[in-house]
Amino acid sequence: MLETPITPASPQPPALPKLPKAPSGIDGLDEITEGGLPLGRPTLICGSPGCGKTLMGIEFLVRGIEHYNEPGVLMTFEESAAELAANVTSLGFDLPRLQAEKKLRVDQVHIDRSEIEETGEYDLEGLFIRLGHAIDSIGAKRVVLDTIEALFSGFPNQAVLRSEIRRLFHWLKDKGVTTVITAERGEGSLTRQGLEEYVSDCVILLDNRVIDQITTRRLRIVKYRGSTHGTNEYPYLITEEGISVLPVTSLQLNHDVSDKIVSSGIPALDDMFGRRGFYQGSSVLITGTAGTAKTTLAATFAAETCRNNQRCLFLAFEESPQQLVRNMQSVSIDLAPYVANGLLKIEATRPTLNGLERHLVSIHKIIRDFKPAAVVIDPISNLISVGNLSEVKSMLIRLIDFLKVNNITALFTSLISGRNIQQELTEEGVSSLVDTWISVRDLEGVGERNRGISILKSRGMSHSNKVREFLVTDRGLHLLDVVIGPAGIVTGAGRLTQQLQEQAQLVAAQQEQERKDRELERRRRVLEATIGNMRTEFESVEEELRQINNEELARQQAQAQGKAQLADPLPYQQNAGSRPSQA
Amino acid sequence: MEAEERSEPAGAEYVLHLYITGATPNSTRAVRNIKDICEQYLKGRYELLIIDMYQQPELAQREQLIGAPTLIKRSPGLVRRLVGDLSDRERVLKALGITPTLPTSGTSL
Repeated sequence: MLETPITPASPQPPALPKLPKAPSGIDGLDEITEGGLPLGRPTLICGSPGCGKTLMGIEFLVRGIEHYNEPGVLMTFEESAAELAANVTSLGFDLPRLQAEKKLRVDQVHIDRSEIEETGEYDLEGLFIRLGHAIDSIGAKRVVLDTIEALFSGFPNQAVLRSEIRRLFHWLKDKGVTTVITAERGEGSLTRQGLEEYVSDCVILLDNRVIDQITTRRLRIVKYRGSTHGTNEYPYLITEEGISVLPVTSLQLNHDVSDKIVSSGIPALDDMFGRRGFYQGSSVLITGTAGTAKTTLAATFAAETCRNNQRCLFLAFEESPQQLVRNMQSVSIDLAPYVANGLLKIEATRPTLNGLERHLVSIHKIIRDFKPAAVVIDPISNLISVGNLSEVKSMLIRLIDFLKVNNITALFTSLISGRNIQQELTEEGVSSLVDTWISVRDLEGVGERNRGISILKSRGMSHSNKVREFLVTDRGLHLLDVVIGPAGIVTGAGRLTQQLQEQAQLVAAQQEQERKDRELERRRRVLEATIGNMRTEFESVEEELRQINNEELARQQAQAQGKAQLADPLPYQQNAGSRPSQA
Repeated sequence: MEAEERSEPAGAEYVLHLYITGATPNSTRAVRNIKDICEQYLKGRYELLIIDMYQQPELAQREQLIGAPTLIKRSPGLVRRLVGDLSDRERVLKALGITPTLPTSGTSL
């Protein structure tokens, strides 16, 4: 009963006939397009130079061959086959091998304006024949035309060209091949030659933007006839494994959840939570101003995770691994053994090294390879230096989702700027995304500064409402007991004073008590003495009385005896004498 | 435009390959036009090869054919590609390097 996955009811309506799709095999693209490119139809990929249009086309072909056993034809109008092959070798695409295996055909269409003389009416049947032959010779299912606009430079007769291109796309549709056409981005239109008016099934726009000296590539599906699709701009990357589009990991918020609890590493902090820790797979945010031991808290958590023999990934954006290990040793958090035995992986990079997407992808990659149970990012606020707020937020949403789906506990630290501690908002605005929010802050009193920790929220469990003071000692973090003074919780010197006062009061009270005890004892003794006296007195009185009694008794006996003696010799006399009235 | 004589195996001065696409109007026009031109200007000096691309589709790639019909002048001189039905006779002649000897062309150039 510990781990009860709560599966929500499937939101899928009864399956309607869907547009058949050809999975592109490109990381993330199929999620955005909900299955891939329209099967047997042309798709236009347009973008400015350096966007990776050609690469996307080639990857579409290569993945089709490798994953879906769909041979492909690459018709290139710009680069030669050898150039293309060389360009994509670094991505692990072996075009010559695929060509040798008859899975791929590369046809370089050479257009030289100076060689071509228009002498009358013509059409582009030659191109059709070439393409048709290439498709038929290997039974291709996929075709990439890169970049067909080059034809416009070779053939001045636009009217012919346009009608022929229109015919080409119809013809490709009739052939039932899934086609990708790349085109250069135009001014004010999607493509320079307005190709989008011929390709009406699916248009993908690639964009390459430089903001604050950091380049971000973005992808947007402009249209997708007959299918729903993600409408946002999605960042994508050209990695060493090809193109990687980063959707919001199909944010449907229906991941399984765990009932397991993981410890924060500080027992007293755990006690502040209703269930003694965080839920596994939840996300925890620690916010605080500078120097409030956020990293120490994070490292404590990391160490605790490793102590339980689980892997932890620590992404440090501020400190190098060595520095982190050394600094944590000063507070008795020894990370070195965990680093040595591979349970802890510290990845330290400067945020400015990469764009956000690159960070995200590298984090994804590390997580996939390392499979940690917990991830610590210290701090997320540094990412602001790479992107703007909304970008950072969207990246963090994606990251948090990714971690949640994989049931990885995430702990982020975030620096809050400004002296106003009431401003409990993270700059990234991620506070609503996280499940548990711990705030550490400076409690500045008279002439000193103390650290306070409190829980702002904790989804799914009760939590303490106290601001607890904590100390960073050379034996680790210690939460102090709550000391309540006349004006609320007191900390630091105030707390010490309060404690001293309380101690003094305690001593005084004890002394008072002792004094009272002694007094009582004394009184008791006095009373006892009095009682003794009285008892002695009583005894002497009693003695006296007894004496008197005895004497009386003796006297009466003697008297009686005397009377008897008198009566015996003269009983009558005695009788008469004693009872004169009777006589 | 006088180019050096190359010795062709066939011995013809002009080696022309016309690639057509079956019996389409453009193709038939092109065949008629090139035959006219050859007969008129290059009588006895030419070798004309008419190839149907549909019959030999692999040629299309090898010969870098895009438009149809296409006339490729292999010799003399530089290889030239003439796209179209060859009805613009003036351009055809210029591209082939033939100076019209007959007063057929009225326009300059």
